[in-house]
Amino acid sequence: MSLRPDLAIIADHVEPGARVLDIGCGDGALMAALRDGRRVDARGLEIDSANVSAAIARGLSVVQGDADVDLAGYPDKSFDYAILSQTLQTARNPHLVLDQLLRIGERAFVSFPNFAHWRVRASLLWGGRMPVTNVLPERWYDTPNIHHVTIDDFRALLKERRIAVEGAWFLNRGRPTSSAAANFRAEHAVFLLKR
Amino acid sequence: MDQRFGLNAHVTLPGPLVLDSGAMLAPVEIAYETYGTLNADASNAILICHALTGDQHVASPHPRTGKPGWWARMVGAGLPIDPARHFIVCANVLGSCMGSSGPASTNPETGTPYGMAFPVITIRDMVRTQAMLLDHLGVKRLEAVVGGSMGGMQALSWAATYPARVAACVVIAATARHSAQNIAFHEVGRQAVMADPNWRDGDYYDADPPAAGLAVARMAAHITYLSEAGLTAKFGRKLQDRGAKTFGFDADFQVESYLRHQGLSFTDRFDANAYLYITRAMDYFDLAEEHGGMLAHAFRGTSTRFCVVSFDTDWLYPTRESRTIVQALNAAGAPASFVELSSPFGHDAFLLESPELRRIVDGFLRAGA
Repeated sequence: MSLRPDLAIIADHVEPGARVLDIGCGDGALMAALRDGRRVDARGLEIDSANVSAAIARGLSVVQGDADVDLAGYPDKSFDYAILSQTLQTARNPHLVLDQLLRIGERAFVSFPNFAHWRVRASLLWGGRMPVTNVLPERWYDTPNIHHVTIDDFRALLKERRIAVEGAWFLNRGRPTSSAAANFRAEHAVFLLKR
Repeated sequence: MDQRFGLNAHVTLPGPLVLDSGAMLAPVEIAYETYGTLNADASNAILICHALTGDQHVASPHPRTGKPGWWARMVGAGLPIDPARHFIVCANVLGSCMGSSGPASTNPETGTPYGMAFPVITIRDMVRTQAMLLDHLGVKRLEAVVGGSMGGMQALSWAATYPARVAACVVIAATARHSAQNIAFHEVGRQAVMADPNWRDGDYYDADPPAAGLAVARMAAHITYLSEAGLTAKFGRKLQDRGAKTFGFDADFQVESYLRHQGLSFTDRFDANAYLYITRAMDYFDLAEEHGGMLAHAFRGTSTRFCVVSFDTDWLYPTRESRTIVQALNAAGAPASFVELSSPFGHDAFLLESPELRRIVDGFLRAGA
């Protein structure tokens, strides 16, 4: 089974044997890949009960919980990496979740769909409708994505909160795209952060 | 055939067992069952801990009621806990009445039943007794300890008391401490027993037992094992075998008739004093208190893997109690899984058909094998 492209980037850049907390781990696809491929001690947090059951059934350590409230119980720097993939935009308080990530993990991977991708812009500009795309498939009323964010918005937040970027990857249709004009051309962004 | 293994097994260990109360118990009787075969390096043992009124017959018919084992849905061929792969041990808890030492056992000092002279015991005392049994069986380290409700409390206590002896711990529909509400319901039950004139300060073994009091205790407790929605769905306000209310105090409603039946049938299989002692042990349970008030300290440095499961309609040990356990496990850095399953059946859900629970326990146990 191949990993989603943003997860594959994260999996390729986690050091073997590391301790990882995957927040919003879904059914544990990334955790399983890290465990099996890189001997990583992976733990997960996931809000959906069916996903949690699936992850536990595949032998992973996953706790049902909400990133907005349940990260507070994890000790400082108890993981080498805290991973937040495709979950930031669903948080009630993304900036506080980011703080928790960098408190719990030495480093954090954050991936999110870029709301300033040209296809999103076109949908709003020419269609006058909230965009429904490959990476943002839900309609405005049933989307869990309550805090849409662009790559430039995210960079500004990092600057404001004095968070260092140790790596950044941008994806369009699953393929890498350059950092230049990423805010226009990339559907997805993956950041490696440290405070 | 080694007499230590198999169904309806029993052992008398010399003890003495030093209890949390400071009292000593000797000898220590343990009634238990084993299923499957202990492998050469004794690494495939799973201890199953039963609930308040449970017993050692986890997957074999109950000797008095003839009903199938209380967890035959989880333990058996092709099931998550499988005698083909595991050596399964289930012991009647200390203080109970199915063959292990309890208030109905003979007091060696008097030659008569202990009654209220039996020492007050704790969940940890039950666990210590099970550890003595495992020593007797040649099991140093458990592949897993598994329990629901009071069995889950024992599983937690096992992980906290003997961390090196437990590779994995499954805690279902349980709590790390009894709440005021939990204690309150138990006290109603105990007072019902004690208010029965047949109770006679616990000295009833050569006369009629306090069956009426015990039945009321069971009725009150049974309500806490169900959910309001479950009761409504099952009974609503339906009348029992009659077309109209009788304007009397018969069991007009089906729910009354059901509860009376639950209460009465319970008295056929359970000792009233044992009910007092075990409910007391549960009320005294507070794992954090045993560790300086910090639950996380109970699991400090542990290498045990944990799987915690709650049910959304369980109001006896609601999900927030499981979350408290999980937060402590996270704080201690323990490998922990937790999920809240959906069921209309309240606390009892852990004993009922649940493919999801089976899938979770199976996956969790296999991950450590």
